[in-house]
Formats: sequence, structure tokens, C-alpha cells
Amino acid sequence: MATNLNIEVSPLSRVEGHGDLVLDVKNKKIEKLQFRIPESPRFFEAMLVGRKYDEPSHITSRICGICSVAHTFTSIKATEAALGVKINDQILKLRKLVNHGEYIQSNCLHVYFLAAPDFLGVGSVIPLIKTNPDVVLIAVKMKKIANEIVRIIGGRAVHPITTVVGGFTKLPAVDDLKNIKNMLLSLYPDLETSLKVLKTLRLPDFERETEYISITDKEDYALYDGDLKSSDGWIIKPGNYLEKIKEKVVEHSTGKHCRASRDCYMVGALSRVNNNYEMLSDNAKEYAGQLGLTSPCYNTFMINIAQFVEIVHCVDDSIRLIDEILSDGLDESKATVPVRPRAGRGVGIVEAPRGTLIHDYTYDRNGRIAKANLIIPTNMNYANIEKDLEAFVPVIIDKTEDEVRFDCEMLIRAYDPCISCSTHFLNVKLVNNQKV
Amino acid sequence: MIKPKVGVFGLAGCGGCQLEILNLEDQLIDFINAVDIVHFTEAITEHSDTYEIALIEGSVSTEHDLERLEHISKVAKMIIAVGACACTGGLNCLKNLYGLEKAKELVYGDKKDWIDAIETKPVDEYVKVDYYARGCPPTRAEIVDIVRSLIAGKNPELPNYPVCIECKRLGNTCVYEYGMTCMGPVARAGCNARCPSSKSGCEACRGFIDDPNVNAQKDLLARYRLTVEDIMEGFNLYNACKKVNQKLIKNSEV
Repeated sequence: MATNLNIEVSPLSRVEGHGDLVLDVKNKKIEKLQFRIPESPRFFEAMLVGRKYDEPSHITSRICGICSVAHTFTSIKATEAALGVKINDQILKLRKLVNHGEYIQSNCLHVYFLAAPDFLGVGSVIPLIKTNPDVVLIAVKMKKIANEIVRIIGGRAVHPITTVVGGFTKLPAVDDLKNIKNMLLSLYPDLETSLKVLKTLRLPDFERETEYISITDKEDYALYDGDLKSSDGWIIKPGNYLEKIKEKVVEHSTGKHCRASRDCYMVGALSRVNNNYEMLSDNAKEYAGQLGLTSPCYNTFMINIAQFVEIVHCVDDSIRLIDEILSDGLDESKATVPVRPRAGRGVGIVEAPRGTLIHDYTYDRNGRIAKANLIIPTNMNYANIEKDLEAFVPVIIDKTEDEVRFDCEMLIRAYDPCISCSTHFLNVKLVNNQKV
Repeated sequence: MIKPKVGVFGLAGCGGCQLEILNLEDQLIDFINAVDIVHFTEAITEHSDTYEIALIEGSVSTEHDLERLEHISKVAKMIIAVGACACTGGLNCLKNLYGLEKAKELVYGDKKDWIDAIETKPVDEYVKVDYYARGCPPTRAEIVDIVRSLIAGKNPELPNYPVCIECKRLGNTCVYEYGMTCMGPVARAGCNARCPSSKSGCEACRGFIDDPNVNAQKDLLARYRLTVEDIMEGFNLYNACKKVNQKLIKNSEV
């Protein structure tokens, strides 16, 4: 039994970027709990100043390789809002399709490559090649198909090329879309197999109710577009996000923490499912039911299940989108709409796989950025991760030191924290002496 | 055969190059079987401090990055710089253009002194780099080719000709015809002209060829009634680092 613990995990692995966890417990009381991120600051808000309207999406894509599509689209939407650009239906559907590709890729990476080793008690996906080859092969296949969607339509799997302000530089061919559809159809047996494996996993039973924030839409399971919604009962337009989302600099921390209605909130797959469960495809709801995921769900570890359910939804919805695009007929003359520079401010909000992502740009009259503000999902989750750990450590305190370390890492990893994304993150030092 | 021990490391960057290794897909299992990956923070928990080959993503942007790089270079027998940030400093160098102190103030305000940030530089400004997998991100094939060549005891071959050659080979319509600008005449090939093939101008994310034909670029600009200023911004995107810039400016003066 661990009455006193001194745990340092550095670097925390299988998270995108670097994070350190420091936990000091004396007589079963948390003396110090630090989740530290020594990630190099990259100053994207400074890089953007003065850049012309067609460049920010290429620049901000490089904030994160894993969710480069989400950054690209958030950036494009902010610019289009500022410049008053109205896209057509074809562009919207193709963007949603590319976005689904990234969702399948990113959620697959996290569920199968990064989180699954936790649930199967190994240090990485590598030993699973021997012990669970079927699951590894499914993961590799799924990721490949997802990357192909982004590559075929976006021009490149990581950091897409064709996706620009005003539309697409180049459209996919009809046969490309048919191929993608066939590839997606081939995933259904793999989803069934994955479901069987996931049903055997035993997730820690840890609940802590919090505020869940995501975008929402009346017609759609909102990933690409929608209003901002909180489980605490408010919905606002994207452009008004500052009314609710507050960033603050915290003592001992150069990472800006976010709060909305309370002192912390959660974004990401579980927030989306909690807020928009009804809009999931019927098939995805069926999978959710079989895996015990209902709305609302307060178990942080269920984020990984929510991510899997979203993979199912995105496969279903991609097929629907392809059918619609093909029946509408691809029209090269509608690949782009005109874009003209003007002064103005625009806010773009997209659900990145890790959660709500906000870009806020102010343009001068020459179409150059005067000011940019970026709010990143991992920053938003930061305070919530801290609160979860504070509540979780007392629950597991009677385990051995190794087990406590493992469980804490697993909890942080469940969030799929994308630390290289977090522009404001570095040397974050969390010292919490509150008695439990 | 003894498998070479490989470490995969990330300095300041987006993780996209490490992701491309995970994206090897059909080749991933072969890759994992061909080398002994002993360090890969993004993908595995176990990590070791004994490795022969270091794949380094990202540029040096903090004192901490520099300490880590110096340590890696002491351990590794061979260093491969992976991606634009590691090879040329990449997009991270845009903050140098803006000004380091100004950038710290803009983003962190009165807390700027807490920030460990230095002028961004590519890896080879500090340590010897044996091979470069260029691009943002590099092609997966290129990463595999370099590692495969090294295992076989061969020197990987890196293209030293411009992107225009690849466009010609592919039969692409020149993007200048669409009214765009493109760094193709001076940018290093090897990506199979990925951007021009998507009807988008090349941004020289792989840097410039060793002896760029600046006159060809100037002639092209003249033909489309454009000036050097028109493309300077695109030129800066991945190549804002002083060293890289000076090299090309020197060439254009000749």
C-alpha cells in the first residue's frame, strides 16, 4: 500500500509531444501534483502577423501533424468568415469528407496504437504485433484507408495541399471517390472484430462530472461546423466565443488555462458524444450501446470508446457524403468561389479530433493578418486533466507505486493530449497543496 | 544480422514527421522488424539511451532542445535530420523574422521572461548531420530508403535537381499558367512535385538545390510579369533561417 509516493514520469510517452507528470503524496495526501509540459514554444500567433490571406492555413497546418486537417479547416473558416467568403455545397461536402478521413486516422492512431497498449498491459504497439496481430493489422489497414482519403482529396496525407481559402485547387476524380467508398465498405468487418475486442476490455471505473463543450448542429453530428454548446446549458455562435471561453495565465504556469461556466471543462470525443449523441449515425449508436457508452457519460476513460464510436460514425457518414457528391455530380467550375481581400475579423471553430479548436483572425484591408488568436483543445483540457488527477489519485492510492504511476499516465493519455499543438504550453508546473 | 538500434526524437515541430513513420502502413511492420526502435516518445513507452542511428524531427528553438540535441549527438553514430524543421529550420524560423523578443511579448505578454526560447536554427547549425530527409513532411518512401540504404551499408542518394524537372516528367501544366507563383525552378526535388501536381505552387519545403539556377527563376518571373518581391514571401515560408537565406541571396548576386 502506498502511503507515501514520489512519482516522476518523464517524458510521458505515447502522447503527441512531451509531457512530464510529478506526483508527491505524503500520508495519503497529495502534496504536489505537476503535469508539466516542457514543449518548445513556437509562436504561431507571431508567425501569422503580416501574412497574406492565402497563407495562414498552410502555416497553421504545421502546428500539428496529427490534426493538420483540423487546423487547415479552422484557419480557412476563420479567413472565409473575415473576408465574407461563402462556399458552395460541393466544397462543404468535400471538406467534411477530408475531415472524416483525419478523424478516422487520428482516432485510430489513438485507440489502437497509443491507448490499446494500456488496456492490454504492454508498453507499445510493437509487442502487440506478436500477441494481437489481427488487431494490429486492422489498425494499420484502417489508418491507411483514412490517410488515403486525405491524400486523394487533399493532395497529401499530412499537411493537405488542395484545401485552400475559397475551395479546392483540384477536385478528385469520380473513380477516386468510388475507390474511397469501396475501401470504406471493406472496413465494416474490421469494425465488428474491433468491437469484439473492445468489449473484453475492462476500463477503470472512474467518474467525475464536469462541463462538456463541443460544437453542435441540428442536422449533423457536428465536426466541421456548428455553434458552440455546453452541457451546462448554453449555445452560442462561434463569433461570440469570447463571451464564454476565458483564457487565463495561471501562477506557476506559462500555459494559458481555459474555463467557461466553471473552473474547468472537457473537450473531445466524450464531450461531443455527450452533447450530440442523437446525431450519431444509427450504426454508431448501435456500437455505442454495445460498448456501454450512453449520454451523459462521466467516465474519462470512456473517451477512447467515444473515439471508436466516432470512427464508426465517420465511416458511415463518409459513404453517405460520397453517394451525395456522386449523385450531385462533380462540377469543376464549382471547385472554388471568388475570394477578395478586405478588412475584418473572423472566427473559425472546428472540432479537431482532440476537441474544439478556435482560430480568430483580424485582417487589414490588404488581406494581411493584423492579429491572430488560437485556442487549442489540449489547452482547454488542461485544467480538467488536473482536476481529474486530483480526484483520481485518492481512489487509487492503495495501489502500488508502479500501479499508481501507470493509472495516472493512462488517465492523461485517455485525453489524447496533443501537446505539440498547444502553442502556449511549456514548463507548466502544477503545484497543488489542497488537501484531498 | 544485428539490427541497428534506432532512436526517433522530436525537437520543436509538429510531430508530423514522426507520424509519417507511423503512417508507413504496409511497410510499418517490416520497418519495425528491420531495425530495433529503442526510443520513440510518440509511440512507445520503453526508452533506451543506447542507439546507433538517431532520426531527429524539429528545429532547435530552446536551450532545452539544444541540450537534448547535444546529448543525442554524443550517443548516436549517425544523425538523420527528418523534415523541414530539422533540415532548414522550416516554418519555425518565421518567428526569427518577426523578432524573438517581440514574439515572446506578443504571445506571453508580461510573462515573457519565463519563456525558454532562442532564435530557431536547423539541426546542422549545431551538430554534424549525416543525411537529410527533406520536406514538410518528407515522403515516407524517402525515410524508408535512407534507413534501408544505411542498413545495407550504402549511401542514400538525395536528389539535387529542381522540382521543375519532376513537373516536366509528370507532364504537369506549369502553375504559373494558373496565375500562381512557384519556387519549382530553384527548389530541391524529391517529392515528385507534390504541390504543383495538386495545382498549387511549390513552397520549397525541401530547401534549395546546391547550385540553384537563379536566372531561370528570374526569367520565369519576367515572362509572367512578376517581380522577385512577389515570390519572396513564399520563399520565406520554409527558408527564413539566415544561413539558408544568405546562401541563395549570395547566389542571386552572382
